[in-house]
Amino acid sequence: MATKWLPRWFFQLASPRWCYQFTGKLIPWFAVISITLMVIGTIWGLAFAPADYQQGNSFRIIYLHVPSAILAQSFYMLMALAGAIGLIWKMKVADMVAKSVAPIGAALAVLALLTGAIWGKPTWGSWWVWDARLTSMLVLLFLYLGVIALNSAIESETTAAQATAVLALVGLVNIPIIKYSVEWWNTLHQPATFKLTEKPAMPAEMWLPLLVMLIGFYTIFGLALMLRLRNEILVRERRASWVKELLTVKA
Amino acid sequence: MAFESFADFLEMGGHGLYVWLCYGLGLLTIVLSLLLPLQQGKSIKRDLVRRLRREERSA
Repeated sequence: MATKWLPRWFFQLASPRWCYQFTGKLIPWFAVISITLMVIGTIWGLAFAPADYQQGNSFRIIYLHVPSAILAQSFYMLMALAGAIGLIWKMKVADMVAKSVAPIGAALAVLALLTGAIWGKPTWGSWWVWDARLTSMLVLLFLYLGVIALNSAIESETTAAQATAVLALVGLVNIPIIKYSVEWWNTLHQPATFKLTEKPAMPAEMWLPLLVMLIGFYTIFGLALMLRLRNEILVRERRASWVKELLTVKA
Repeated sequence: MAFESFADFLEMGGHGLYVWLCYGLGLLTIVLSLLLPLQQGKSIKRDLVRRLRREERSA
């Protein structure tokens, strides 16, 4: 098999039981770290970061808007990747990850769009403009909703997972469109705050709390993903002996 | 601190409504994303335990 180069943990992750136990160990750590980061980031961004010289205090919306927009996109990529792994290796856990991440990604896309609209009003004078960045983010939300609807419309778990994986993979083309929309088209939207190759254009007092919030968002919504995944594992593995043992010990 | 007083902090230089509305929405999103799966998990476990007991009785 061509799978020899894959590390051992990749196959361990494929076991629902191992995955359930592993996430059970991670959850308390993620809970403590994520809540700490979110509290620090929020207080830092709201009360201590300096106001923007052009936008005043409305700029503080950035600490929610940018992390939610970044996560909505990276969770979409995770959904497509997990779907692809499920398609190729018929890995049940990957299908469950893809299904569990969709509602969280949709919620994050909604948050990014809403905070963007609320930020746009005092900054651009309008809640919404049909601009490339905003429109491609709206398409991302519709892709999430399409994936969720398609998954719940198909009764067979395997067929549902395959169909949604294909839809998620096709929709992947939207991700670079979102990223480069601010460069390819004339847009009101400002360019990216964080770039891999350059220093941020804003001072450290402004972007440091943003970085804290970004990691806080990753860990807190990673936590939400683990909680959903564990529910999914329990439901689908309900006939497995380890689930029965787990429940009889608890009861 | 970027603000002189607590009233200043709430007012956000005239942008208070926008800023606080966003942070309210953010908090709501986080709380719901965590609470919904936690509740769902409880009801799943309850249902599974009930089904297991029924199977034991009929066996």
